[in-house]
Amino acid sequence: MSPEKGINIDPQTKASSSSNNKKVVYHTKDFNLWYGDNHALKDINLSFNEKEVTAIIGPSGCGKSTYIKSLNRMVELVPSVRTSGVISYSDKNILDKTFKVEDLRTRVGMVFQKPNPFPKSVFENVAYGPKIHGIRNKKVLNEIVERSLRGAYLWDEVKDRLNENAYGLSGGQQQRLCIARCMAIEPEVILMDEPTSALDPKSTLHIEELVQELKKEYSIIIVTHNMQQAARISDKTAFFLNGEVVEFDKTDTVFTNPADSRTEDYISGRFG
Amino acid sequence: MEHMNANQVQNKMSTRIRKNSIAKGLFFLSTIFGLIILVILLVRVFSQGIGWLDWNFLTGRLSTDPEKAGIMGAFLGTAWMMLVIIPVTFILGVGTAIYIELYAKKGRVQSIIQTNIANLAGVPSIVYGLLGLTIFVRLMDLGNIVLAGGLTLSLLIMPILIVSAQEALRAVPQELSEASYGMGATKWQTIKKIILPAALPGILTGSILALSRAIGETAPLTVLGIPALLIPFPEGLFDSFTALPMQIYYWTLDAVLTEEYAYLAAAAIIVLLGLMLLLNSIAIIIRNKFQQRL
Ligand SMILES: Nc1ncnc2c1ncn2[C@@H]1O[C@H](COP(=O)(O)OP(=O)(O)OP(=O)(O)O)[C@@H](O)[C@H]1O
Ligand SMILES: [Mg+2]
Repeated sequence: MSPEKGINIDPQTKASSSSNNKKVVYHTKDFNLWYGDNHALKDINLSFNEKEVTAIIGPSGCGKSTYIKSLNRMVELVPSVRTSGVISYSDKNILDKTFKVEDLRTRVGMVFQKPNPFPKSVFENVAYGPKIHGIRNKKVLNEIVERSLRGAYLWDEVKDRLNENAYGLSGGQQQRLCIARCMAIEPEVILMDEPTSALDPKSTLHIEELVQELKKEYSIIIVTHNMQQAARISDKTAFFLNGEVVEFDKTDTVFTNPADSRTEDYISGRFG
Repeated sequence: MEHMNANQVQNKMSTRIRKNSIAKGLFFLSTIFGLIILVILLVRVFSQGIGWLDWNFLTGRLSTDPEKAGIMGAFLGTAWMMLVIIPVTFILGVGTAIYIELYAKKGRVQSIIQTNIANLAGVPSIVYGLLGLTIFVRLMDLGNIVLAGGLTLSLLIMPILIVSAQEALRAVPQELSEASYGMGATKWQTIKKIILPAALPGILTGSILALSRAIGETAPLTVLGIPALLIPFPEGLFDSFTALPMQIYYWTLDAVLTEEYAYLAAAAIIVLLGLMLLLNSIAIIIRNKFQQRL
């Protein structure tokens, strides 16, 4: 085993041993990813626990989006992508050719950086997921839509305009609608790629509170540029730099007593 | 300020402004030139044809007596052909566009197909006439019936339709399909429920414009041997027929002998222009509706 690998595995083992009896949902082992010749992710080793919030931080271009999109294989939409290593979800290697990507994405929902509701009604947006999975019963759909919208704390604001086009909602409402849409397929994990970067402070606060609520039921992995946000809402934090994981530990530890000087530099705003 | 000599700047200033006015004038003139030609054309057509445009002309059969001649036969021929052209081009054209844009691997093969489609859009229409004559009239032995004419014109506008459908599909934001895939939808579900509905207005606009190009075409129909002097109305896809532009073409030829035919041709042109205007307006309405929705 090369010395670099040893360094990478170390923080991960430390983190998982400290949170003793929680179940691991995702396990990433020696994962590499290339866009053509660009080696964007290098020997990533990370694991995520059930019902925890993990924040991924790091400077622009360090591979945060690439990594989170690897977790639901969305990254494959880019034709030049090649990967090596293992990402296992519920102990199955999702990078395996025979693994059904549709199944994975039903169990792992995603919320994107820019709110991206469909140009359909509020109701149809939330009902989209259940419908593509074959639910046709109107009563069941109504229930799912209400429950999801309540879960995303949006119900009171939109209950009288369920049939209006979702583009008429504010940016913050649209993002909560996207979270509701994601919850409607009842995933186990929710991936969020900078979900508040396009929002004002008040909507951001809404989403942060929502994340705290969601973590009771879901495992959440959230990419953020906002250091305070990571400190406020996450249990663990992974610091990415140039396609590598520099540090992965409990959020408290990463922010108060980081093991690597580069982490400290980044957190205190000395670069990035 | 060393490099910007105030005097020099002033001298240059008037020259620059003069050049600007000249450029503006030239572009204005070229616009006016096109407009004048269009106005002359319209005035001539309307002054000659409007007097002949009556109920009898619209609903009548072809006749050797110009006073009694009507264009119903040619109009029906065009209408029947549209019934062939619309489904054939729409299904094949949109299908091809979907395959190239959404399924085909981006690479050499795809770019070769793409270049060829673009080239096909530039092939003269008479060449499509020859293709139609070889394949539909001779090889498939259909004869010069509605189906053969419609298929030939379908081939003619297919490349235009494919290109415009591709543009419409490409204009659908990537974020929408990502959201759909992200919820476990298959590619086909995403295309059917998200991409196609979003691209449909664009596709329809393109199709209607392509269709209006098809119904004005004469050259390919001449090559197919579509007759102009045909008394019975076409009643189906397998009947002989004539079409509006063919009728206009032959009446214009006959005008050398009998002057009245020139007026009949002008009246028929008004009808054809009206039809195209109608199609284009539909396209514009669809486009505006779509823009409002976004
Ligand atoms: N579609 C793509 N094709 C080719 N290279 C890409 C693509 N997307 C990202 N990259 C490259 O991969 C590297 C990581 O990009 P990524 O988007 O994952 O960074 P990020 O950490 O999410 O940055 P940001 O904070 O700005 O969102 C960059 O060098 C980027 O240029
Ligand atoms: Mg990113």
